[in-house]
Amino acid sequence: MITLTINGDEKRVQTNISLTELLENMQISPQKVAVERNREIVPRSTYNNVMIEDGDQLEIVHFIGGGLHVCL
Amino acid sequence: MEFTDEQLERYSRHLILREVGGAGQMALLNARVLVIGAGGLGAPLLMYLAAAGVGTIGIIDDDLVELSNLQRQIIHAYPDVGTRKTVSAAKTITALNQDVTLELYQTRLTSDNAENLIGSFDIIADGCDNFETRHLVNDTCVKLGKTLVSAALGPFEGQISTFKPHAGAKYPCYRCFLPETPDENQQRTCADAGILGAVAGIIGSMQALEVLKEILDIGETLAGKIMLFDALTMKSRLIGLPREPKCITCGQIRQKA
Repeated sequence: MITLTINGDEKRVQTNISLTELLENMQISPQKVAVERNREIVPRSTYNNVMIEDGDQLEIVHFIGGGLHVCL
Repeated sequence: MEFTDEQLERYSRHLILREVGGAGQMALLNARVLVIGAGGLGAPLLMYLAAAGVGTIGIIDDDLVELSNLQRQIIHAYPDVGTRKTVSAAKTITALNQDVTLELYQTRLTSDNAENLIGSFDIIADGCDNFETRHLVNDTCVKLGKTLVSAALGPFEGQISTFKPHAGAKYPCYRCFLPETPDENQQRTCADAGILGAVAGIIGSMQALEVLKEILDIGETLAGKIMLFDALTMKSRLIGLPREPKCITCGQIRQKA
């Protein structure tokens, strides 16, 4: 097992896990978020190849920019 | 072109800065900036650009001022409720600084008019309220090689970045960050779409700052990075935003020599 930090919380996961698999395990749709790993956004097309490492700091970034005015 | 006596006084706090000076102020007066949306972000953004003496400012917005806008859109005032946002914003800007020439576009940006509208400006600042327009603005800016300073607001948060993939292969566009418009059911619903007004002031002012830095070519801009601001904790994070190699908009752009 390895330990990583996701949005400030520690999490233990199996070794040899890709970012794609991690998101699947957490039931997060890759289209809904951007993933920041060690202070850099990870390009989506590389998720399969990015292997999570012990001590990784991940942040799930949500998109904003939609309608404030739809509710007026 | 030389400064008038009034300009020497008006811009004196710029002129004494080594990073601005006479040449920088002249660059500001000669700059053409297009602001998309005269709302929460656009209000402080437009006022700081105008105050700084950005010579030509375009404003695109098809909305009317509503009473509920005034809680954050400080360029508009109570007597403006019911009038066009472009006209209301123009009134405030004209009262602030007559060095600014305004081009008002009372329209929505569409795929039919985007190239024409964006094409005649140097820098584009997007503070619109929907992802479709954000993608249209981005794709048009990439196609035309225009620098885009893009910002977005949540109830207590902001995101801001500068996109200029034409400046080098390491620089992303907005689509590298968000490839597709999220489904409507993934977007915020009315119930949580409020905002504490001052958050718009902070992020819109940062957007003005980034536009001015691009014009003046000073410091480090947000190109290749994104700033995330959390108003409830006052924490901001600056993170790297590399180009998505398979981006359908900018993935194929070659670096300029």
